Amino acid sequence: MPRLSATALHDVRFTLNGRPARVAAEPRLLATDALRHGLGLTGTHVGCEHGVCGACTILIDGVPARACLTLAVQFEGRDVRTVEGLAPSPDRLSVLQEAFRRHHALHCGFCTAGILMSVDAFLKTTPDPDEHLVREVVGGHLCRCTGYSAIVAAVLDAAAILRGDGSNV
Amino acid sequence: MRAESVAYTGQSLPRVEDAALLSGRGRFIDDLGVRPGTLEAAILRSPHAHADILSIDTSAALALPGVVAVVTGRDLAALTLPMVAGLKVNVENWPMAVERVRYVGEPVAIVVAQTRYLAEDALDAIAVDYAPKPALLDPVASIEPGAALLHDTSGGNLVSDRRFSYGDPEGAFAAAERVFEITVRYPRNTGAPMETFGIVADYDPHEGVYDILANFQGPFSIHTVLARTLKVPGNRLRMRMPPDSGGSFGVKQGVAPYAALIAVAARIAGRPVKWIEDRLEHLVGAVAATNRVTTLRAAVTAEGRITALDFDQIEDCGAYPRAPEPATLYRMHGNMTGAYDIANVAIRNRVALTNKAPTGLVRGFGGPQVYFALERLVQSIAVGLGRDPLDVIHRNLIPAGAFPYRTATGALYDSGDFPAAVETAAGAGRYAELAARRDKARAEGRRYGIGLAAVVEPSVSNMGYITAVLTPQERAKAGPKNGAQASATVSIDPTGTVSVTTASTPQGQGHRTVLAQVVADVFGLAPSDVRVICELDTGKDAWSIASGNYSSRFAAAVAGAAHMAATRLRDRLARVAAAQFQAQAGDISFADGKIVAVGGASAPFARISALSHWSPGVLPEGVEQTIRETAFWTPPELTAPDAADLVNSSLCHGFIFDMCGVEVDEVSGAVRIDRYVTMHDCGRVLHPGMVEGQIRGAFAQALGASFFEELAYAEDGAFLTGTFADYLLPTATEVPDLDILHLETPSPFTPLGAKGVGEGNCMSTPVCIANAVADALGVADITLPLTPARVAALVERPEPAPPEGAGATAKPAGRPGDRTLRGEGSAFVPAPREQVWATLLDADALASIIPGCHGVKKLSPTHFTADVTLGIGPVKGRYKADVMLSDLDAPNAATLSGNVSGALGTGGGAGRVTLTEAEGGTRVAYVYEAAVGGKVAAIGGRLLDGAAKAIIGQFFAALARRAAPDRAGLFARLLGMLTGGHK
Repeated sequence: MPRLSATALHDVRFTLNGRPARVAAEPRLLATDALRHGLGLTGTHVGCEHGVCGACTILIDGVPARACLTLAVQFEGRDVRTVEGLAPSPDRLSVLQEAFRRHHALHCGFCTAGILMSVDAFLKTTPDPDEHLVREVVGGHLCRCTGYSAIVAAVLDAAAILRGDGSNV
Repeated sequence: MRAESVAYTGQSLPRVEDAALLSGRGRFIDDLGVRPGTLEAAILRSPHAHADILSIDTSAALALPGVVAVVTGRDLAALTLPMVAGLKVNVENWPMAVERVRYVGEPVAIVVAQTRYLAEDALDAIAVDYAPKPALLDPVASIEPGAALLHDTSGGNLVSDRRFSYGDPEGAFAAAERVFEITVRYPRNTGAPMETFGIVADYDPHEGVYDILANFQGPFSIHTVLARTLKVPGNRLRMRMPPDSGGSFGVKQGVAPYAALIAVAARIAGRPVKWIEDRLEHLVGAVAATNRVTTLRAAVTAEGRITALDFDQIEDCGAYPRAPEPATLYRMHGNMTGAYDIANVAIRNRVALTNKAPTGLVRGFGGPQVYFALERLVQSIAVGLGRDPLDVIHRNLIPAGAFPYRTATGALYDSGDFPAAVETAAGAGRYAELAARRDKARAEGRRYGIGLAAVVEPSVSNMGYITAVLTPQERAKAGPKNGAQASATVSIDPTGTVSVTTASTPQGQGHRTVLAQVVADVFGLAPSDVRVICELDTGKDAWSIASGNYSSRFAAAVAGAAHMAATRLRDRLARVAAAQFQAQAGDISFADGKIVAVGGASAPFARISALSHWSPGVLPEGVEQTIRETAFWTPPELTAPDAADLVNSSLCHGFIFDMCGVEVDEVSGAVRIDRYVTMHDCGRVLHPGMVEGQIRGAFAQALGASFFEELAYAEDGAFLTGTFADYLLPTATEVPDLDILHLETPSPFTPLGAKGVGEGNCMSTPVCIANAVADALGVADITLPLTPARVAALVERPEPAPPEGAGATAKPAGRPGDRTLRGEGSAFVPAPREQVWATLLDADALASIIPGCHGVKKLSPTHFTADVTLGIGPVKGRYKADVMLSDLDAPNAATLSGNVSGALGTGGGAGRVTLTEAEGGTRVAYVYEAAVGGKVAAIGGRLLDGAAKAIIGQFFAALARRAAPDRAGLFARLLGMLTGGHK
């Protein structure tokens, strides 16, 4: 990584939801602020800014990361995915997103983006999880509205559909 | 006539809100963007629980690039008035400290700068000189005569003391066969929505208008409070709410004081100002539920019938009685007897001020506090009488035929069948199964307990209940206050389609979906034909003083108002259609998107509904426009408190009966919920999926209150739970499955028969779990949260014998909340002892070896001051250190004592350093004890010990380099590795 000056703006280039992106960032600029206010992708939310709540979870090179604990300059050369990149097209939802809607797995929706990102990555490596595993993964996120049951049900349902087992609905 | 053909209401339709939220298109306040030129604010907050502000020097902050303004309490006071409280008490209730700080986290100054980053930088450059005063944390101690005063003009920290008597409590206690008593201390916790507060404010100096966009759940009565504080007429305070809000649970009522702060900052800066609260700010200073000390006595017959209750409640409202407090203490006033038929009640309500953050709305709002005492007492009565708690509950329940039922304290319970609900829940073998599981577990030597709780969940508050804090004479003077206005507007545009707006400011519940269902049913349309917009603008929308999102009023009040507005429009449309079809209005029906006359004539809905726009001349005589209808609804039952202090505090009263079985691990203190059953009667259910979501969400929140959550303070008032690693919320791995049961007795007082449902489990679950743990352990005194350490301490086990000789050397046990750092250690420095000694006393040398030191001044041979930057976990800040040397024993030993202070916290302590000669150098040994406060304590508590060791390691590594430069390189690296220090 090049040596960065604390007071200078650095031209950070990376891939964002499959498209080339760049943002001018001081080294201290948080990835959350770069995404939300620099690039206008406000779907990634900031709930605690200390890495506990998980609302800001994004994927960096396919791995879930807390954007609030990431600096924008760390995006350099990486493949970054956010909730805006989950749906197949602007007027459709992904299988996972549809399952969340069907199961009432969100109320206020503030934490939802982070949960979707963690689960999206999880189901790619673990297509047939049991409830315990799903609870472990969702357990990395705080949701204050739902009590989690509907989220867990939605994830299990989405996993079944993605495996081709058909919907549990 | 005009039966609603397809009842969408009552179905769990997918929510219209979800697609946007799931795809990152939500529009929360920080997602909206701002006008070019908008500045950002950061708030400097007090590190002291109680201190006089001697001076604030903002010059260095103002000189920083990008800083536009710094606003202090005095600047604020020049443009505003203190915020009014619900109490008549001589306390100045400023939203930012003016002469004195009274809680850790209290705003002291606001920096307005080009970016949030620059604003936060500038906070560190503000120099505040404080003179700390003793802190009062305990509400019982704070109201004792002679306690130090928080507010010199208040005449005491006891700011309200009212006694109430209903029926003949003295007579009932005198005649009682048995009297039971319980004292409980309910802790402070909060709703902790995932989205923090956010505000964008602007001021127009020509029109004198404040325009405030905030994720406020109001406007309700707080608009009035804010207008007065900002010294503008109500029509010059325009408040707007963003389309989405990331949860509230009551808490976002607390945006109000910050709305005043940011509005004034915008006025002073001359530009729009935006502020987004961070999580530490939220936990330390947003809104806490009240902590309460309750002593509750019951007069009881030998059979377990309760004949009288006597409540003594001491409410801790924190440092300022902030509106609408002390509403938490009075919201339950009408239903203090809960689900029970008890004719005689005495209540003493006292409000205490303490050096803690001000309190306000939090889901449950008074219910958790009251029912924790009441339902713990019911269990104690059962234990004391040797009866099954279920039997005691049954004996006292309000009978089925008694509704509407007037309670002793004045509430009119609308509907219910409590015995049937309890029987249904306990029946089907459920209670028997719990008992069997308990028997089996106990037979195997495990600790298993059963908890029950029967609770009445009030909703749709009567605005007037808060005036019960005044005496009847004071109320008569002030004039009556009452009601629960709800409003909704239904509009039809020129294409004939229907739109709905309300003043309900949803916080994520799904109101738009339900309103579409309700209105669609009225017009015979599909919900997708109805578009609902809920963002509120007080400048042009229909609202009133009771509007907003609180007291679970949506389903009962707001959805009903929408139904009312839609019905009025429909009835007019029926007359328009009748004229078109040459039929009678009574023969017109609305179904499947059509308007149909009995004879068979029909037209698409839009054909008739748009007529009022296109050809108003065809409207029959006497029929008004069908373009827009606003309904205001307020229930006549909600009368003002009367001269006898009877208070009908809420319109609706749902019922909950909870039952659980828990198993306690004796060794770890962990509590496992084995079974949990919750029975709800919330009247007519409008959307089963959302009702279930509210129940599960409240249950999870209540689990947090039961096991994890407490806004904790140290004895000196330092705030200790400033992160989500300290203030723990339940996660998916902690929330067990839940059996939800329903009984529906529609409310006769609400347009749709619905009642509130969102708060109930916050009231019933904590005490249900506490009862189960009490049963499992056979103990009477349960305090929340039931952390493993606290539960383990309750387990009755034989005390292990103390190790031999332990009596003489045992250290005193740490006090609760004590985060004193203690440590000792030694390091080897490869230099002669005299040289090490000289280095330690040399200001220049110290400046080069103290980690993060920017300079040391030697004021005298034994008094140094230093300017240092220290990082503790996520908190890195600049501090002023004042160090004294004493007990000098050159070159053997010295005691260092002193304190540090900075924007991020304070600390004080002492340490003794001893130097002994060792092979090839000097061994430096040290022992220290220090206490910390402020932000460092709030968010770095878990990290302090490690950080202290790292800093000390760095110090000795640097000392080694300085005292023995030749050999320092390798040695320092080794030492650094060993001590965890860097470099």
